[in-house]
Formats: sequence, C-alpha cells, structure tokens
Amino acid sequence: MSNRVSNLHSIKLYIAVGIGGIIGAVGRYSISLLFQPNVNFPYATLIVNLIGCYLLSFVLNKGLIKQRLSPEMFAALGTGTIGAFTTFSTFAVETIELWTRNSYLSILYVVISIFGGLGFCFLGYMSAKERVVQS
Amino acid sequence: MSFLFVAIGGFFGSMLRFYISIKANKHLIGTWIANITGSILLGITVHFHMIDQLSETFWQLIGVGFCGAYTTFSTFGNETLSLILEKRYSVAAGYIASSFIVSLLFVYLFLVIMQ
Repeated sequence: MSNRVSNLHSIKLYIAVGIGGIIGAVGRYSISLLFQPNVNFPYATLIVNLIGCYLLSFVLNKGLIKQRLSPEMFAALGTGTIGAFTTFSTFAVETIELWTRNSYLSILYVVISIFGGLGFCFLGYMSAKERVVQS
Repeated sequence: MSFLFVAIGGFFGSMLRFYISIKANKHLIGTWIANITGSILLGITVHFHMIDQLSETFWQLIGVGFCGAYTTFSTFGNETLSLILEKRYSVAAGYIASSFIVSLLFVYLFLVIMQ
C-alpha cells in the first residue's frame, strides 16, 4: 500500500518536471527565434544559459522558495523549467561549429560560458543570501 | 506548430534527466551523464540534419526540444559553484574539464571528422 502511494507520488513528481520542462524548452526556443539564425556568435544560448544560472542559484539558495512550494512545484521550477531552459548540448555543438569558422571566437564562447556561468551562479547565490548578510 | 514539437521534446527530455539524476543517486554523476550523452545525441542529430536526412519537425522535436531540455547548463554551473564554495577546487576543475572535453570531442567527431 505504501509502495503504491510512493509510486503515485513519484509519478506526480515526474509529470511536474516534464511540464516545467515544456515551459523551459519553449522559452529557450522563443528566445532563439529573436536572433538571426546566421549571426556569427551564439548569443541566444549564451543569454539563456547565463540567465538560467542566476535563476537556479537563486531558487536553490532562497530557503523561503523551497518552504512555500510543494515538492512537485519546486521540482517543476528548478529541475524542469530552469533545467530545460538552459542547455549544454547546444552549447557544445555551437562551440564546434564556431571552431570550424573562427577558433578564437570559439574559445571566447567557452571561456565566457564557464566564467560567466559561474559568475551568474554566484550572483544568484549572493542575492538569495542577502538578508542574512544584512542582519 | 514548431512550438508543439519543441514542447513534446522538452517534456520527455527533462523527465529523462530527472530520472537519471535519481538513479545515479550521486550529485555530479547524473548531470554529467545527461550532458555528455545529450551532446552526443545532438551531434548525431545535427549531422543528419546537415545532410538533409532529418526533417525540420524531427530537428525541433529531438534537437531543440529533447536534447536541449535533457542537457542543462544551470545545474552544471550550480554544482560547480557548490564545489568551489566547499573549497573542493580540484573536483570542480575536474568536473568542468571532463564535461567540456568529453562532450566537445564527441561533437567534433560527428560534425567535423565524419563529414
């Protein structure tokens, strides 16, 4: 009986993550449509990855968000929406495509993605912890 | 219509990533596996898309939707930041280096060497 309850519970979690993933993927696709497909630098992916790093860090480190949301909503927001909004595979493919045209830009893309991504994670972390610092 | 295919891909991609992260039962491993295998799948998808063997519909479903949502940059970044804040610098450097080198090598294989 308890097994059935936990199965039902995990099915709800999976569906929640999937629905969150729909929002994240559609959001990422919408932003990519705002850019010309043949611009010489992958701005769209860089922007979604940096925004997503900030948002996920904020959501994970702001205790209040986890307290207020149900486990399903929290998984849908963090793992689903923000996880699917950002992407690693597109980044990898764009890096190699850029490498064949302009290796300097390709290295620049990797460096900005790593350090920018970590920097925005840290910004999200700091803004989530802000009140603790002030008190 | 393209939004529908991206949405379907995103639904299954994020669920599979969630499944792997639970099965792997260890923090970094799940994201690492998803990012590497997702990059390989996207490399193969782009390869067939470039030689016109894959329709625009499948590109949106598998490439943009599924691979995009199955892999993640935000979790990768946050896991790395946690390692840095815990002062586990060599693990952080190894996590970044192995994620990037392995995925880029596989994508290079499919996009450049196999063309």
